[in-house]
Amino acid sequence: MRLTDEERAMLAGELGEPRRWAIAHQIEVGAFFDAADFVAVSHAHIMADTESLGEAGVRFLEGLAAAPEPERRVRVPAITNPRGIDFAIYRRLGQNAAMAALEKRAIEALSACGVLMTDTCINYQTIMAPLRGEHVAYGDTGSVIYANSVLGARSNFEGGPSALSAALTGRTPRYGYHLDTTRRATQRFRLRANPRDLSEWGALGALVGEACGSYGEVPVIEGLEAVPGSDALKHFGAALASFGSVALFHMPGITAEQAVFAGPPPAAVPIGAAEIAAFRARFEAPGDKLDVVVFAAPQLSLFEIEAVAGALDGRRVHPDTTVIVATSPEIKHAADRMGLTARIEASGAVVAQGICFYQGYAREMAEANGWTRLMTNSAKLVNILGGYGYQSSLASLELCVDSAVAGKVL
Amino acid sequence: MPIVLRCHQGVGPAVTGTALVAADNFSARYDLDRVRGVFSRPSHKLAGESYVDRILVLDGAKGGVATAWMLHDMRARGIVPRALIFNRVNPILAQGAAFGGVALVDRFAGDVTAFFRTGDMLRVDPAAGLVEILNRDR
Repeated sequence: MRLTDEERAMLAGELGEPRRWAIAHQIEVGAFFDAADFVAVSHAHIMADTESLGEAGVRFLEGLAAAPEPERRVRVPAITNPRGIDFAIYRRLGQNAAMAALEKRAIEALSACGVLMTDTCINYQTIMAPLRGEHVAYGDTGSVIYANSVLGARSNFEGGPSALSAALTGRTPRYGYHLDTTRRATQRFRLRANPRDLSEWGALGALVGEACGSYGEVPVIEGLEAVPGSDALKHFGAALASFGSVALFHMPGITAEQAVFAGPPPAAVPIGAAEIAAFRARFEAPGDKLDVVVFAAPQLSLFEIEAVAGALDGRRVHPDTTVIVATSPEIKHAADRMGLTARIEASGAVVAQGICFYQGYAREMAEANGWTRLMTNSAKLVNILGGYGYQSSLASLELCVDSAVAGKVL
Repeated sequence: MPIVLRCHQGVGPAVTGTALVAADNFSARYDLDRVRGVFSRPSHKLAGESYVDRILVLDGAKGGVATAWMLHDMRARGIVPRALIFNRVNPILAQGAAFGGVALVDRFAGDVTAFFRTGDMLRVDPAAGLVEILNRDR
């Protein structure tokens, strides 16, 4: 990689050990992807949940935090993806004191480096949306695909170590979705029927993701009857990234960039109501005892919180079923102020802030609570939780709530 | 004569070990029980298999960013694959292997899940961009 004088100085350790580690890591990754040089980023979004970090990862962060303040401080604004623990409710969820202690250590180390603990995967809805052409280093696949596609920003999937490196150096290797050539469309899909709710937008994302199946694929989705809205594309993109490892899609007339193919456009693959219904049917389990209902992945917007409150108003969650609603601290505070949290929690549900279900020791929560059957309107969550031992069902928000009240999958 | 297969320059140290092969994708969060050291996702083609110290040969990366931290922690706890051989990875796997010091190579001339067989004894040299099959000659 071509390095500037400043980058060589970082690599030589002249700007301190944290920046030396960071740029060395970035050069190793950049060389792997044949990056020619670095590109400056305006801000970074760091995934650092303690289930992923483990004791070793937290010790690593503490090592960075032990450096002198000028050497450890991030160079561009840096924010965080959801944590694993909401300290107000973790015991109720079956998480334990050791998990909370590890979480506190991670927070202290990141804060010492100047990282802003936003604890959200919907930073584009709640913190700051990047502009078209803005280079960023985002650390959640859902936030990357939304920023790249809907907003026209430029980011690769930046895992925790790499997003933290970008925050420390103020740059990232120029490969992948920072390059015009990589952003060209590669596949076409045509909707015969438009999704009717967020779970169906997620199902559509899952179907397109399964068909693409690679980080290098850029699908174009045609045939939309109306502008879907931010929450719909949030669920669509999150599922597309989860099922397909896809980081960019185009919807002509809706998303930020024109869909340009390298050659003649391929034939469009049709997707209709039957395909979406068949996808949801994979996860159906009518009559099963329902252990837990989760609204998360991605964290809920204020509008989604309001919809959950509306569905639960005047109702009582079955005593053998737990309902968890996860959102960002900003939206939680707004929901508190507007009375939405009280409306939701009056039913017996719990509103969590700054976490996401799958980033919070999902396996240990299942074992502690005896949970197996889970229901959600998030296709992304259904995809992730298979490996954690859950049997998950995908349904609309309304059916999830009706099932929670009944204590069984309807 | 061992069979030598060329690939793109990878990351991590040169290692030798036994292959575990499947035409499936990979994410440490989605697919693994990182306490017991086995593939735990029921629909994965390696479900129930131990991945510890094996050289995993798989098609590509799944979504999710957690693998970027998890390989490092798995290595510290001694329950990490010895190496990763893929047809094509996404940035997360490359970042995780680089951070965790786990050997990773990809971008061969053909399908790695067809080249390699479970039980093959392999030497993976990421810096040189090659993999040798040590226990068979065709």
